[in-house]
Amino acid sequence: MNRKLAYSLAINEALRQIMAIDKEVFIMGQGVKSPWYVGNTCKGLIALFGEERVIDTPISENAMTGAAVGAAIAGMKAIVMHPRTDFSLYALDPIINQAANWSYMNGGRASVPVVFWMIVNRAGEQAAQHSQALHSLFSHIPGLKVIAPSNAYDVKGLLISAIRDPNPVIFIDDRWLYGKEDFVPEEIYELPIGKAVIRNEGADVTLVSSSFLASESYLVVEMLKKEGISVELIDLRSIKPLDMELINSSVLKTGRLLIVDGSWKTNSIASEISASVNETLFKKLKAPVVRINLPDAPAPASRTLESEYYITKDMIIDAIKRLIN
Amino acid sequence: MDISKEDIIKLFKTMLLIRFSEESLVNPIIRGEIKTPVHLYSGEEAIASGLCSVLTKEDYIFGNHRSHGHYLAKGGDLGKMIAEIYGKETGCSRGRGGSMHLIDPENGVLGIVPIVAGTISLALGAALASKIRKDSRVTVSFFGDGATGEGVLYESLNFAALKKLPIIFACENNLYSTHLPISEIRVNENISETAIPFGIKSLRVDGNNVLDVFEAGKNAVEQCRNSNGPVFIEFLTYRMRGHVGPDDNIQGSHTDIRPKNEIESWKEKDPIKMLEKVIYDRKLFDQNQISLISEEIKNEVEDAMAFAVKSKYPDPADLLKYVYHE
Repeated sequence: MNRKLAYSLAINEALRQIMAIDKEVFIMGQGVKSPWYVGNTCKGLIALFGEERVIDTPISENAMTGAAVGAAIAGMKAIVMHPRTDFSLYALDPIINQAANWSYMNGGRASVPVVFWMIVNRAGEQAAQHSQALHSLFSHIPGLKVIAPSNAYDVKGLLISAIRDPNPVIFIDDRWLYGKEDFVPEEIYELPIGKAVIRNEGADVTLVSSSFLASESYLVVEMLKKEGISVELIDLRSIKPLDMELINSSVLKTGRLLIVDGSWKTNSIASEISASVNETLFKKLKAPVVRINLPDAPAPASRTLESEYYITKDMIIDAIKRLIN
Repeated sequence: MDISKEDIIKLFKTMLLIRFSEESLVNPIIRGEIKTPVHLYSGEEAIASGLCSVLTKEDYIFGNHRSHGHYLAKGGDLGKMIAEIYGKETGCSRGRGGSMHLIDPENGVLGIVPIVAGTISLALGAALASKIRKDSRVTVSFFGDGATGEGVLYESLNFAALKKLPIIFACENNLYSTHLPISEIRVNENISETAIPFGIKSLRVDGNNVLDVFEAGKNAVEQCRNSNGPVFIEFLTYRMRGHVGPDDNIQGSHTDIRPKNEIESWKEKDPIKMLEKVIYDRKLFDQNQISLISEEIKNEVEDAMAFAVKSKYPDPADLLKYVYHE
């Protein structure tokens, strides 16, 4: 494995490879035709697979998402892409009422192999409706799976798994990751949904994170090594199902837990992890669980407010130091 | 009209099957044996029967809260439907869905849900799947006049027209949107005109005349199969029962919705009586033969009820089964 690929191109490669071997896979969404609208994630797909399987759509999120769900019910493997997560909220009915409930309310007699791809755009003074990260919201819903890959290797494998999964999967990625390169195998491969991974083994504190903040956390862990602080970094990969087994085994070892999560604090996935650890490992904790989240406020536009709003490496370093002392 | 005696009798039987099974639910609802909300299709049988009779087994349909008739007309098993309404493990959705979540993928009944207009975009997607696969299936989306208040209908009409999808938008206009008469939910009472600005062929059909439904359906299906879809059809009809359960929603009763004389005048247009008249006029069958058919179907419904009643409820230990598809 000696080839490096950017995150966005790893997505592109996953789409090219799976569409080439599986004719049931198709993609629809605003911008799939464009060489720039969604980074270069969809570049070249129309030339390879035609406009019947690569469908750029009118701005009708509700019906387009519903159509992806309906096509999946009819046996296709559908991917519907929302270039900005915020606009997918028009489609909560097909996502939550229909796709998530479909298997259960039909007694397991039908499945919905659909991927709801939502891209998080943040900062750049884009304000409240171009910045929302809603993985915690979707993780509340039975029947959905939620993935939030943090690097090029993970995104390729998890996206392949999501497309092949018979259940609806929310795939949340972050535009800030698109340029980041990593070693990515050239062949097609899967990574298991619902399994987290240890990025760095450590003894003093367990740090759980995902997506862009997991890659930021990795930088923090490397910096703290020089100060003699040993952090065990867990990258969730999947927000739902949540790999509590791995988190618990790490917390048993370190006795301390910091969760760094890019959603709002109240009822976030960080809240869920904290509650779960407190329920099962309370007596093993050497210190109270610490959460770093976005404050409970919409994303602001102005740069002075924005720099106060988003989570920084300094905030993570500060929290770790307070936790171990 | 070009319709065989066999087709007419088949339509008649389907309509009777729907009517008898719907009405057989009334007493168990009143006795509290059936608790799931049941929206009876009595009075609207001609639409499901006529339209589904021109579809193949492979074609798809999607329905709504009032869809027992759609499920049965498309070939869904009666016993499994009644068992589902009773919340039994032998139900078509294993007792997890109830009356408003019937399914039979083998017969093309792909989805039935009570979210108003909720399946229109799903039907759109099934039609899109057919276009991608070039499998020449047709999809029918059944929805009511109430669904015309939902924005997703218009998004779906636009996309269906844009991609020339093989879909029939079948609007069953029974003049009431839950508790509101149509005059209180829209200015233009002619729903079929809705689809015209999207560039969709639209027509308005007497939904109580099953032969009219059959003919309109046949033409619409042919257009869709020849890649000349979509088609929008408004079917004018009337629900004999009220919105939910056996309550007839008569003015003066506690639900207080419909004038008594309006209900009476629509009873004159009972779709089953209308077809019966055709059968006698054309001398296809005599009264005796019709009685025999009725008896046969009544027995079928009784057997299905007995099957449902004696079936087991789901095991509580299986509560979490089926949340995810394995």
